[in-house]
Amino acid sequence: MGSREVSWELLQFGVAGLKNGAIYALVALGFTIVYASTNVINFAQGEFYMLGGMFATFVFAHLGLPLGLAAVAAVVATAATAVVFELLAVRPRVGGDPMTIIIVTVGGSVLLRSLARHAFGSDELALPAFSQGGSIMVGGAAIDRQTLWVWGIAALAVAALWVLYTRTRLGRAMRATAVDGEAARLVGIDTRLLVTVSFGLAAVLGAVAGLVVTPLTQTAYDVGAAIGLKGFAAAILGGLGNPVAAVVGGIVLGLLESLSVAFISSTYKDAIALAVLLLVLFLRPSGLLGRTRREKV
Amino acid sequence: MLEVAGLCAGYGHVRVLEDVSLSVGEGECVTVIGANGSGKSTLLKTLGGLLRPSAGRVALEGADVTGTPAEKLVRRGVALVPEGRRLFGPMSVAENLALGAYSRGKASTAEDLERVHTLFPVLAERASQPAATLSGGEQQMLAIGRALMSRPRLLLLDEPSLGLAPKVIASIFAVLEELRAAGLTILLVEQDARLALRHADRGYVMRTGRVVLSGRAAELAANDDVRLIYLGGGYGRDTAG
Repeated sequence: MGSREVSWELLQFGVAGLKNGAIYALVALGFTIVYASTNVINFAQGEFYMLGGMFATFVFAHLGLPLGLAAVAAVVATAATAVVFELLAVRPRVGGDPMTIIIVTVGGSVLLRSLARHAFGSDELALPAFSQGGSIMVGGAAIDRQTLWVWGIAALAVAALWVLYTRTRLGRAMRATAVDGEAARLVGIDTRLLVTVSFGLAAVLGAVAGLVVTPLTQTAYDVGAAIGLKGFAAAILGGLGNPVAAVVGGIVLGLLESLSVAFISSTYKDAIALAVLLLVLFLRPSGLLGRTRREKV
Repeated sequence: MLEVAGLCAGYGHVRVLEDVSLSVGEGECVTVIGANGSGKSTLLKTLGGLLRPSAGRVALEGADVTGTPAEKLVRRGVALVPEGRRLFGPMSVAENLALGAYSRGKASTAEDLERVHTLFPVLAERASQPAATLSGGEQQMLAIGRALMSRPRLLLLDEPSLGLAPKVIASIFAVLEELRAAGLTILLVEQDARLALRHADRGYVMRTGRVVLSGRAAELAANDDVRLIYLGGGYGRDTAG
């Protein structure tokens, strides 16, 4: 095997890593947004990803809407589900013991998974690719058209979030609440409302990730747990609570997985996220980009 | 302006405030003094809406506001400058001030910003700097400036002198005098009793969660017990609380 072929092969792994990394980044952003407003890990985040794909396939196949509309409908439906879940199950517990809220989100994830199984069945479901045509060749590496959609939509979502955070009143309030919830209340920010908003926003990002990847991987009622773990690992890897870190963490995790497939074996691919999670928690709990935070009394 | 009657509050099952009653008249500067752990900060947190009282009544300009949360109280003209300043550290000075006006929605804040900049010119110089990079005194100025951005009629101040150099304290209290002259009502919690009594009209002395003494500031400053315990009268200071 020539050295040129080896480097094309590496590029091919890089493409796969960046594709998965983009998805992980979106899911990690969901974790980070909810964490910033509640200081709690939302273990139902993976289910938002699942619901995005499932709603999209359902609307597309059974209601006959065009793909673009089906995607929008799926995102809206997922966000609505998340908001209802927050209002009914999380809000009554906001301000109490964070552990209670964490357990509630674990319960919520089991509930959403069972509901999805009842509503959509246990078969794998698919969506057609967003645009037709063969892969695009970059030298010796092939890039699937749907991968370009994944990158494009992930980039768009991150850009939109960036504008929200830096250019809007709501975004400024969200950042302030992440820094100091009590101080935020003192200037008049309704931090409870922001918890609801953050669940909605996290669901939008999860759903977008879930539906854009469905043409590549298919989806099923039980895909949430695995992606939840990876998104969580990515968020921890970057540093919880920081959106930039979530994106970096996602991409790094995706690339690490790909490299492990390239150099070790695909058998261990799914173990990488767990290994990363444990290593970061042991060695650098604040994440790659995180600064060690002093606890306030 | 503010009437507090029989207020009890605490954290969980630990009760800190016991039957506290006090009043603050329109345009008055009233101080609450007392040693560490006497419940002064808990009182201010409760009045600022961060803590729900377990008993008692709080009336603001005649209307019952007992248990009204902070985010709503600020819309009724009460602003708390919390202990430890509680700035949004990674955000710029300008953003902190803009957030101070959050409760006023999309209303124009140019005039208020100008006023704060006139009171604390250093905040204009440091507008784009992260709040966390300011000196202690500048941070306290920003905390007060942020509170003023909500156009309060009642300003609750928790330990504004804490950890600051005498010169800085003097300049901050000069601004408070200016605000008072402009008609702002102030409730000031201070550990530095001498300083507080010099600037206030009236004062309340707290001890283990209760008001044990009250009166005109000059009378309190002349009171033997207060002098002994809170104005640095020797050994008494350490056993006060």
